[in-house]
Amino acid sequence: MKPAPFEYVRARSLPEACALLAGHGAEAKLIAGGQSLVPMMAMRLVRPAVLVDINDVDALRYLAVEPAQVRIGAGTRQAALAADDRLAAAVPLIRAALRWVGHAQTRNRGTIGGSLVHADPSAELPLAAVLLDATLCLHAQGAPVREHSARTFFTGPMSTGIAPQECLAELRFPRWPGPRTGCAFEEVSIRHGDFALVAACAQVRLDGSGRCLQAALAIGGAAPVPLDLSAAAGRLAGSDLRDDDIAQAAAEALRHLDPPSDLHASAGYRRHLAGVLAGRVLTQARDRALGRPGAADRAGGTERP
Amino acid sequence: MSERRYPVAIEVNGVRREGTATARTSLVDFLREELRLTGTHVGCEHGICGACSILLDGDPVRSCLIFAVQADGHRVTTVEGLARPDGSLSVLQDSFCEAHGLQCGYCTPGMLIAAHALLARNARPSEDEIRDAIGGNLCRCTGYQQIVDAVKLAAGRLNGDGAK
Repeated sequence: MKPAPFEYVRARSLPEACALLAGHGAEAKLIAGGQSLVPMMAMRLVRPAVLVDINDVDALRYLAVEPAQVRIGAGTRQAALAADDRLAAAVPLIRAALRWVGHAQTRNRGTIGGSLVHADPSAELPLAAVLLDATLCLHAQGAPVREHSARTFFTGPMSTGIAPQECLAELRFPRWPGPRTGCAFEEVSIRHGDFALVAACAQVRLDGSGRCLQAALAIGGAAPVPLDLSAAAGRLAGSDLRDDDIAQAAAEALRHLDPPSDLHASAGYRRHLAGVLAGRVLTQARDRALGRPGAADRAGGTERP
Repeated sequence: MSERRYPVAIEVNGVRREGTATARTSLVDFLREELRLTGTHVGCEHGICGACSILLDGDPVRSCLIFAVQADGHRVTTVEGLARPDGSLSVLQDSFCEAHGLQCGYCTPGMLIAAHALLARNARPSEDEIRDAIGGNLCRCTGYQQIVDAVKLAAGRLNGDGAK
C-alpha cells in the first residue's frame, strides 16, 4: 500500500497551480485534501508523475453568502463548511449532506472541490451539487474561466468534464427564495461514514397555503453518476405534497433507475432503497418547509442513523 | 536512479524536528521511521482504520493520507504528546486503562487522539457525540463500549466530577 514514486510541487496561488498543470500536462495531478486521491495512489490505481499541492492556496478557501447564491472556494475543508451557520441558513442541504461524509478525521482534511472532481457515484457532495444545479468554475492557464453545470459535469464513475489542465476554483450554489423551503438528505450504508449503497436528497418550496411551487430530487449510488430526478419530482409542483403525491413522484423517479449489482447490494435491493429514500427525503423536505416538528427534525438533528 | 528526497521540518509535540523524505513517504512513516516516534500505528494505509490518527495544526487527521512533505511547516501532535511532561499518563490515558478501553492496543493511539480532540472542543460530550468522534477508528477487540466508557470517565474527571 505504498504509492509509486512522484515529484512534489507546492503551488502558492491559483495561477501558479494552473501554470504547473499546463507545464506538466496529463502527468500532473492536483492534491487538495487527498482523502480520496491518496488511497487511490496507495492502491496504485492512480500514478501521477507530479503532484501539485494546492493546500497553501488560501485564495481557494472562502465562503460568500450572496442574495441569490452562495459561492464556495473549492479548497474549503468539509469540516469548515459543516460548522458554518451562515451556510447552513443559506443552503441547508450542504450541512445535511456533510453529516454523511466520511469521519471527523477525513472532513478536517477533505475539501468540497476535491469531492466533486473525484466524482464517486455514491458520494454526497456531488449529489447535493446535482440537486441544486450548482455551477463549477474551472480555471486554466491562458483560458477564460469555464462555467460548468453540475448536472452535466459527471460523466461516469470517477469521471467528469474537467480537463487535465483545469483547476476547479469555485462552486456556486443557488439559493431558493422564501421562508417555506425545506430540504433533506438520507442514505443507507453498511456503516455510518461508509460509501452509500443508495443516497437521496430533495428540496421543496411551498407557497403560503402549503402548495408546492418547486421540487427537486436526486439519487446517488444507483447509477454511474449522481442522478437528477427533478423531472419526476417537478410533477409535484402545484400539488399539496400529500403523502400519496409524494409516493407517486417516488414511483415515477424509480422508472428512471437501473441500479448496479455488486458485492454490497443487488440491483433489486438498491432499487428498493431508492424508492424508500426518495419518499422519505421528499416527506422530510415538505415537513421542514412547513415547519412541522417530528420525523424531519429527528432526522435533521444530531441523532445517528 | 535514486528517488529525490525533500526537506521536511515539522513541529512535533512542541519540538521542531527536521529530516528528509521522498515525496511518497506518508507522514506516519516519516514519524515512525525517520523520527522514531512509533506510538502512532500504521494500520490499513489507505484511510479506513484510523489507527494513524494525529493532530495536524490541532485537528485530528489520518497521517497515512498526508505525505510527510505536505506537513512541512506544520504542527503535529502524536500520542506521545498526550502524556504529561514528566511522562506520566494523561487523565484520558488513565481512563482508558481503568475502563478497559484497550485490549491489544493497536487502535489505541488513534482512539486517544480522536477522543482528545473531542474533549478539547467539547468538555461534556454526549454518548452519541463520543461515538461520532471515534466513528472513524476501528477496534476489533473491545466492541467499543469500554472505549466510550473511558471517554465518559475522562470527561467527568476533567470536569472535576467525582474523584481525582
